[in-house]
Amino acid sequence: MAITKEAIKTFGLTEEQLLEMHYKMLLARAVSVRQRVLQRMGKGPMTFSGEGHEAVQVGTAFALRPGRDWVFAYYRDVAVALTVGMTPVEILRGFFARRDDISSGGRNMPSHFSHPDLRIVSGSAPIATQIPHAVGAALAAKLRKLDEISVAYFGDGATSTGDWHESMNFAGVHKLPMVFVCEFNGYAISVPWRKQAAIENVAVRAAGYGFPGVTLNGNDVLEVYGAMTEAVKRARSGEGPTLIEAKTYRLQPHSSDDDDRRYRTREEVEQWAQKDPIVVFAMSLHELGVLDDKSEQELNDRVNREVDEATDKVEQESTPEPESALRHVFVEGGASNG
Amino acid sequence: MVSVKEITGAEGLSRDQLLDLYYKMLLARTVGQRERMLNRMGKGPFAVTGEGHEALQVGTAYPLKPGHDWIVPYYRDIGVALTIGQTPLDLLLAHLSREGDISSGGRNMPSHFSDPRLHIVSGSAPVATHFPHAAGIALASKLRGLDELSVCYTGDGGTSTGDCHEAMNFAGVHKLPVIFVIENNQYAISVHVRKQFAVEDISIRAEGYGFPGVTVDGNDVLAVYAAMKEAVDRARRGDGATLIEGKTYRLVPHTSDDDDRRYRSREEVEEWTGKDPLVRYRNWLKENDVADEAKLDSLHEHAAREVDEATEQAEKAPTPKPESALDHVLIEERLAG
Amino acid sequence: MAEKNMVEAIHDAMFEEMKRDDRIIVMGEDVGEGGVFRATDGFVAEFGEERCMDTPLAESCIVGAAIGASLNGIIPIAEIQFADFSHPAFDQLVSEAARLHYRSNGTWSCPIVVRTPYGSGIHGGPYHSQSIEAFYAHVPGLKVICVASPYDAKGLLKSAIRDPNPVVFLEHKKAYRAFRQEIPDGDYTIPIGQAETKREGSDISLITYGMMTHHSLKAAETLEQEDGTSVEVIDLRTVSPWDKERVLGSVKKTGKALIVYEDNITGGFGAEVAATIAQDAFDYLDGPVTRVASPDVPISPYSGILEEYILPNPEKIAEAIRKLAAY
Repeated sequence: MAITKEAIKTFGLTEEQLLEMHYKMLLARAVSVRQRVLQRMGKGPMTFSGEGHEAVQVGTAFALRPGRDWVFAYYRDVAVALTVGMTPVEILRGFFARRDDISSGGRNMPSHFSHPDLRIVSGSAPIATQIPHAVGAALAAKLRKLDEISVAYFGDGATSTGDWHESMNFAGVHKLPMVFVCEFNGYAISVPWRKQAAIENVAVRAAGYGFPGVTLNGNDVLEVYGAMTEAVKRARSGEGPTLIEAKTYRLQPHSSDDDDRRYRTREEVEQWAQKDPIVVFAMSLHELGVLDDKSEQELNDRVNREVDEATDKVEQESTPEPESALRHVFVEGGASNG
Repeated sequence: MVSVKEITGAEGLSRDQLLDLYYKMLLARTVGQRERMLNRMGKGPFAVTGEGHEALQVGTAYPLKPGHDWIVPYYRDIGVALTIGQTPLDLLLAHLSREGDISSGGRNMPSHFSDPRLHIVSGSAPVATHFPHAAGIALASKLRGLDELSVCYTGDGGTSTGDCHEAMNFAGVHKLPVIFVIENNQYAISVHVRKQFAVEDISIRAEGYGFPGVTVDGNDVLAVYAAMKEAVDRARRGDGATLIEGKTYRLVPHTSDDDDRRYRSREEVEEWTGKDPLVRYRNWLKENDVADEAKLDSLHEHAAREVDEATEQAEKAPTPKPESALDHVLIEERLAG
Repeated sequence: MAEKNMVEAIHDAMFEEMKRDDRIIVMGEDVGEGGVFRATDGFVAEFGEERCMDTPLAESCIVGAAIGASLNGIIPIAEIQFADFSHPAFDQLVSEAARLHYRSNGTWSCPIVVRTPYGSGIHGGPYHSQSIEAFYAHVPGLKVICVASPYDAKGLLKSAIRDPNPVVFLEHKKAYRAFRQEIPDGDYTIPIGQAETKREGSDISLITYGMMTHHSLKAAETLEQEDGTSVEVIDLRTVSPWDKERVLGSVKKTGKALIVYEDNITGGFGAEVAATIAQDAFDYLDGPVTRVASPDVPISPYSGILEEYILPNPEKIAEAIRKLAAY
């Protein structure tokens, strides 16, 4: 096991923080599972799952300052959203397309996270289009001399797009305070990495943009956290961007509309299920004496209760007024830059 | 006179070929200068030329099989077009928008080379949009089991585009017989490379696509030829793509509408004029006893005469019929088969 | 008052706005050295390289990064060197800038201006000539302005910069240096969405915008002198939102509508104007709602001979006026 007391010390994490990380991972998992269950019950038309990605998402987001640093997430980032501060209620409002859904008021698909106070920026479905926005936010921070960094999250498929390339290049030229996080799960829906690119590790491309790239085990939350801490430090000190490639695996189909048996063997999925980042981290915490059977049970109960309560609450909430579909095409009222 | 085979750097080229390289470079230079002159005389509204790029253009085009391999050039590639087989007349008919302009019949700007017989593919003005086409042509070649490779050209600015990245990645995944040539003249119009990318040599990006990248002295025609020859051999063997970056300099403004004094010091231009690829190669030919002064002068005269005659002929050629502007929006006939 | 051409007016609008508000930046290709049309001449000396930023040659990222910067307290004016080069950024404009406010239920907004020279008639060939307004006028969430005179350009660009929404600001490049016009010193704005009646008339309403305004005014003069036909010429200036009220008011007065635009006739913005008139002013019409536009071929060929054949000009417009007047 890679996690030792010494290693943890170097990250400067307290026991409480370790448990908080574990809690966020559990919560993300439970929210995802819940959404899939609700979808099968016919309560929402669509879900995306981030199950399996929890270590990458929590490990990276944990190194940020919520509400200050900018988060440009993609649709798998439920654990990023929760770690930065969104609640299960807020996530489920997105799922149920409720009136008070902070992300979009029922306009966007679920898991298209947005929360202005937390600086989680609304994204779209076309892949990698949020990455130039992350670049722009970092550019603004640099121009305004603000101590804010910006993080762009994306999957391995995104690295093939023009927007990804243009963004990496722009960030390199202007040494922007940002981190590119690739949640490498080996598949763009059904297309395996070998059909996506002719290289093993996409992190090598960072050299072509003049900044460092690292490849790491995305199922090890502390390894991720360590690399992210470094990258964040670089960004904050004006040394420019970093590309983090975290190798992981999506344990569920791409979305509720996908059947991954068409393109992934059950053996492969099983093999990765053995490396489930939550199980791995729980074992480490046991070995470190941070977690025991009793506290683990309590934590699980707390998470389940929280998600149950959130579900009950949100299910009863109002749906949007139909005519609200006509609003917010343009900024309403007198807001002006004049 | 020593046998050419013994000359270091001659790359197995015969004496005639070594002189032919020089002639193509000369011809490209002369056509470029002529187009800019005709523009100043008010005979053509626009000129975009490649003076300074001749070694890179001729050196990369020379190892190709004209009419067999596919060329997807950009607007500076006069030397490429001429080496593959377009004539000064072809280029001047385009410059003057004549009816007989093979590239576009007066529709595209000059220097937007196209010649189906020579497998030179028509391009547009937005930068690097033709890179995916080159990848697609190579894909077709691979799928059809053909021995035809494809070569596309762009400047340093073109490497920043999404299309460039997407095409290179695709070529890497499918190990396509395509060669990407970057004519790095250090400026995208006025924008210096240090504002374009944060690396010294753009060829290092090839590693990120899983194929080799090389940077060569783009003003050394034999070094360019050697690098290209290797890339061509690789592509024909089925070993996939190569990225070739040639470092060079545009000795003239971007186009007839550009004033480069706003963004390049005269000292810098002067310094690079001292590295003129034509002068350099001419000296090499003399030093290695491939040709003497008189022979080289006669080539200059020949090129000047060829371009004079082409100019005269192009000026006399008819302009397009106005209503031909309505032709060729769509193909009327059905596709065969 | 001073006489300015349109590039100078655009230059002044940005310059004054950047003086007024240091959140405003310009970003694009070659803007650092003043831009290929010189709209940012002297900006680096005045505002520094950070506020007049040369970008890598990558239009999608220029617009995308402008969106991101606008979320974080910057007001970016993104320059796309030619409208024809904006297509790689189509996705960022249509799916991102135009939808961000809506998809976030009004919680995010993106105050950006995307300035770009458009239009034909300068030997630009098929890639320095395109009219792109119809693509963007079709997209809710974007404002689209088409200017072709110094006064309008300055007043509308200032409004665009101060607008909290994304604005596509199209500058007809043939109009950049074609005319000079008296412009008031100092600050003034023109509301987005307001057309202007450039010439009063009673027989025919001619609705147009961009460079075609100038051609239409010429044609109207000719008709007045030669045929005694009185043509009212309305310059929309903004195509999204557009000034339906003024257009319908004029058509109800004259009973005849001629719409002139440079873009291809099919699906061009004038088609929307025609449909609205047919629907909302039917009872007032004394003749067919008529359009003059370019034929459906890629605009425009490089050869002057071919280009002239394609584009609407004062003669073609005059001919259409005569036909319509005969009803």
